[in-house]
Amino acid sequence: MGTAHAASEEVRELQGKTDFSSDQIEHLHWRFKQLSGDQPIIRKENFNNVPDLELNPIRSKIFRAFFDNRNLRKGPSGLADEINFEDFLTIMSYFRPIDTTMGEEQVELSRKEKLRFLFHMYNSDSDGRITLGEYQNVVEELLSGNPHIEKESARSIADGATMEVASVCMGQMEPDQDFLKIWQGINIETKMNVRFLNMETMALCH
Amino acid sequence: MWGPRARGPGRGLLLALVLGGLLRTGGVEVEPGGAHGESEGFQVVTFEWAHVQDPYVIALWILVASLAKIGFHLSHKVTSVVPESALLIVLGLVLGGIVWAADHIASFTLTPTVFFFYLLPPIVLDAGYFMPNRLFFGNLGTILLYAVVGTVWNAATTGLSLYGVFLSGLMGDLQIGLLDFLLFGSLIAAVDPVAVLAVFEEVHVNEVLFIIVFGESLLNDAVTVVLYNVFESFVSLGGDNVTGVDCVKGIVSFFVVSLGGTLVGVIFAFLLSLVTRFTKHVRIIEPGFVFVISYLSYLTSEMLSLSAILAITFCGICCQKYVKANISEQSATTVRYTMKMLASGAETIIFMFLGISAVNPFIWTWNTAFVLLTLVFISVYRAIGVVLQTWLLNRYRMVQLEPIDQVVLSYGGLRGAVAFALVVLLDGEKVKEKNLFVSTTIIVVFFTVIFQGLTIKPLVQWLKVKRSEHREPRLNEKLHGRAFDHILSAIEDISGQIGHNYLRDKWSHFDRKFLSRVLMRRSAQKSRDRILNVFHELNLKDAISYVAEGERRGSLAFIRSPSTDNMVNVDFTPRSSTVEASVSYLLRENVSAVCLDMQSLEQRRRSIRDAEDMVTHHTLQQYLYKPRQEYKHLYSRHELTPTEDEKQDREIFHRTMRKRLESFKSAKLGLNQNKKAAKMYKRERAQKRRNSSIPNGKLPTEIPVQNFAIKEKDLELSDTEEPPNYDEMSGGIEFLAGVTKDTASDSPAGIDNPVFSPDEALDRSLLARVPPWLSPGETVVPSQRARTQIPLSPGAFRRLTPLRLSSKSVDSFLQADGPEERPPAAPESTHM
Repeated sequence: MGTAHAASEEVRELQGKTDFSSDQIEHLHWRFKQLSGDQPIIRKENFNNVPDLELNPIRSKIFRAFFDNRNLRKGPSGLADEINFEDFLTIMSYFRPIDTTMGEEQVELSRKEKLRFLFHMYNSDSDGRITLGEYQNVVEELLSGNPHIEKESARSIADGATMEVASVCMGQMEPDQDFLKIWQGINIETKMNVRFLNMETMALCH
Repeated sequence: MWGPRARGPGRGLLLALVLGGLLRTGGVEVEPGGAHGESEGFQVVTFEWAHVQDPYVIALWILVASLAKIGFHLSHKVTSVVPESALLIVLGLVLGGIVWAADHIASFTLTPTVFFFYLLPPIVLDAGYFMPNRLFFGNLGTILLYAVVGTVWNAATTGLSLYGVFLSGLMGDLQIGLLDFLLFGSLIAAVDPVAVLAVFEEVHVNEVLFIIVFGESLLNDAVTVVLYNVFESFVSLGGDNVTGVDCVKGIVSFFVVSLGGTLVGVIFAFLLSLVTRFTKHVRIIEPGFVFVISYLSYLTSEMLSLSAILAITFCGICCQKYVKANISEQSATTVRYTMKMLASGAETIIFMFLGISAVNPFIWTWNTAFVLLTLVFISVYRAIGVVLQTWLLNRYRMVQLEPIDQVVLSYGGLRGAVAFALVVLLDGEKVKEKNLFVSTTIIVVFFTVIFQGLTIKPLVQWLKVKRSEHREPRLNEKLHGRAFDHILSAIEDISGQIGHNYLRDKWSHFDRKFLSRVLMRRSAQKSRDRILNVFHELNLKDAISYVAEGERRGSLAFIRSPSTDNMVNVDFTPRSSTVEASVSYLLRENVSAVCLDMQSLEQRRRSIRDAEDMVTHHTLQQYLYKPRQEYKHLYSRHELTPTEDEKQDREIFHRTMRKRLESFKSAKLGLNQNKKAAKMYKRERAQKRRNSSIPNGKLPTEIPVQNFAIKEKDLELSDTEEPPNYDEMSGGIEFLAGVTKDTASDSPAGIDNPVFSPDEALDRSLLARVPPWLSPGETVVPSQRARTQIPLSPGAFRRLTPLRLSSKSVDSFLQADGPEERPPAAPESTHM
């Protein structure tokens, strides 16, 4: 694919699929090539080159999400080895701000999409269920980045969080119901947004 | 609370200045103390009213205002409908009327000096110090737009429109020019932080809306100051002499004033954080630094004619993180309460004196057209300004401001004491219609505070504005908030955007790496994490509920020994019911009675030299004599109770949490037997945990590295959490027996706590079983003796486990989480 993206037809096609504006697609494509080293595909190793990510405690989970077939809408489970630009855009589109003018159903839909993305991130064994153990793992990983929290504290915090979750759901979380409950306090459609370049012009178009 | 230290050394000065400022009573004769002029001989009693008059009157006013506050809150119905600020203004009007009726002089008015130097700073400092930083900076762009553009817009349109109407001749004949109108517009334009805070605190709109209105009211100070100064100097220059250069200077001065004020605030915040880093040995004056240095930032920027409000706001905003981490828990509480007290006191006085100041026929000049049009213009232009700016903002904002929000934003533009103080400051020589401006300002302030304040609550309810939810902090929410931050910044990193999350991420990294290192104590750096805090808080709450529950049941009265109270800084009051209070009171009475019993008992048995009795005595001594030891410190002015080991607290909490989790898991396992994988996992975990946590659980002498000096509180807390139906945990009991033996063989070196002595551990179980304070002293004796006959076998311990288990080790629970089935009824300990 790579260079072919300059063709406006392809851009338009991607635009239809992901709802990004052509400006944004251009920019993301530029970034994609930067990450991949001018290759048409990105492999996991490519992400290790992003220097700012080194400090991110859950970076491995985030990287994984990029290759997760469920997020790529390619299959019920498993990991892809490499992703092309379209896949890259697909992942990025999870983080598009929800356009509130779209109407109730659309909003609800993209809200669900966002939640699913998070769910897949937490559900490391792709069985469609987050067990308490999996949950605890995520929390511990999340806290591991902070040098000021000792292992022992991190663990007991993870325990506490698991307890709290456990009081909401029974033993495991399934998407759409239990998982929603723990995210209840967080307004996901207003938070899970990244301002992509040229966002302003886009909001105007809608 | 009004201690000199909390107020800082400025207090004497403050009073002295207030004398001159607040009161315009002629002839303040301050006689030198002791010398009584031309007295004939020595008088036993003399009446020296003039000597104390001014501070006396001030104190009385404060007292009246405070009493009025009590009075308002006697009736919940009134305060839930009418905002306190409105009530205070009305009260001020009444009091002003009384004073006027008495001597026909407006003796008490709100003077700008007092307002700007003494009443405003505490309120703004309070606002800055407790500012929700993340929310504030997240909406900074919006706030700035409203504060800068909005205020300029309001000032310009109001001033120009009034001038237009004036030209049409509707206002009659006034000695007033365009510049005067603009000056008036600039002082009436600014939304007032005091009024907004007072009204919005009672309305509870959602936090985004609140921070926008409130942030605007704080940050627009720079604009107001500049506009006011510019137009005032223009007015005194005379309209014809104003050149373009002056206008440019005015614009430049805006940036100098606002950025300079902010810079001063940040510098002083840095200083303050740095100072509190080194106050370890002068804990008692720690809170003073917070007030004095922040106040200095205010004065400094006032001195440099920069925006003082911005300076003190940013001082508070920037220092809060480091100061809160550096100062001790007690100091933090002191700061919090003192600040709140000063702020709410100042607010009360401001509103009351606004009312009082209005009762002065000499300042009233009525011009119906002017007053009414001002009211109309400020409301209408505020609304128009908000709509225009929001339209602009919504293009860029992720969270859109809905039309309903805009209504609240427009309607929440309250004017207040700042405008009043500014208008009083005007020079009557240069501004010919000063009195008209003053009266109009008073009307506007009263209208916005009373009428809008009164109606905003029903309006918010009627419009169904999203309200703020005051929920308990939940660990998961914090955690997910953190996870979100990481995810979003990662996505921004990957997609190569420099966005909000990117900046925040970089800032927090910078802060952790450099700023915190310089500004925070080393110990504080470690313990200061928000998640840890929430965790801590939750645990504290649990502990409190355990204790409260225990108290209600009447079995844990001892936990309220003052030593414990001091240790955890627990506030029991919110949970206290009448029943609980009376029960605990009774029990405490009993304790003291038993104390005497035990002492006499001890006396009797001293000849026998029974070691166990000594231990028992010690146990009780722990609860009964400790307070006296601790009060000893109170005689010293420079020392408070020694700082306790926070690590200890944390350790307890870890254990509490772990235990709860384990007990929960075991219950869970009983329900989900078919979840084999999960079970395996948990068993694994439990195994791992067991191995890892035994050392730091309870045996401090074994692992000196984990030197947790365990005090009796630990044991007690653990006790209370124990649900009684864990008797059957044979695994735990076996383990326990082992521990007991271990402990017995250990010498309690380094532990100065008699409770934690090997033999005593056994006693405690017996004591706990038959709480000595619930039974007459004699019945304790048999159980003491019986103790020796109890074999040290697990089986024998079985009976004692309910209390025993926990007092000794949580780790027993880890064992409990074994393959054998737990009774599913094992309650989660919260519900105990």
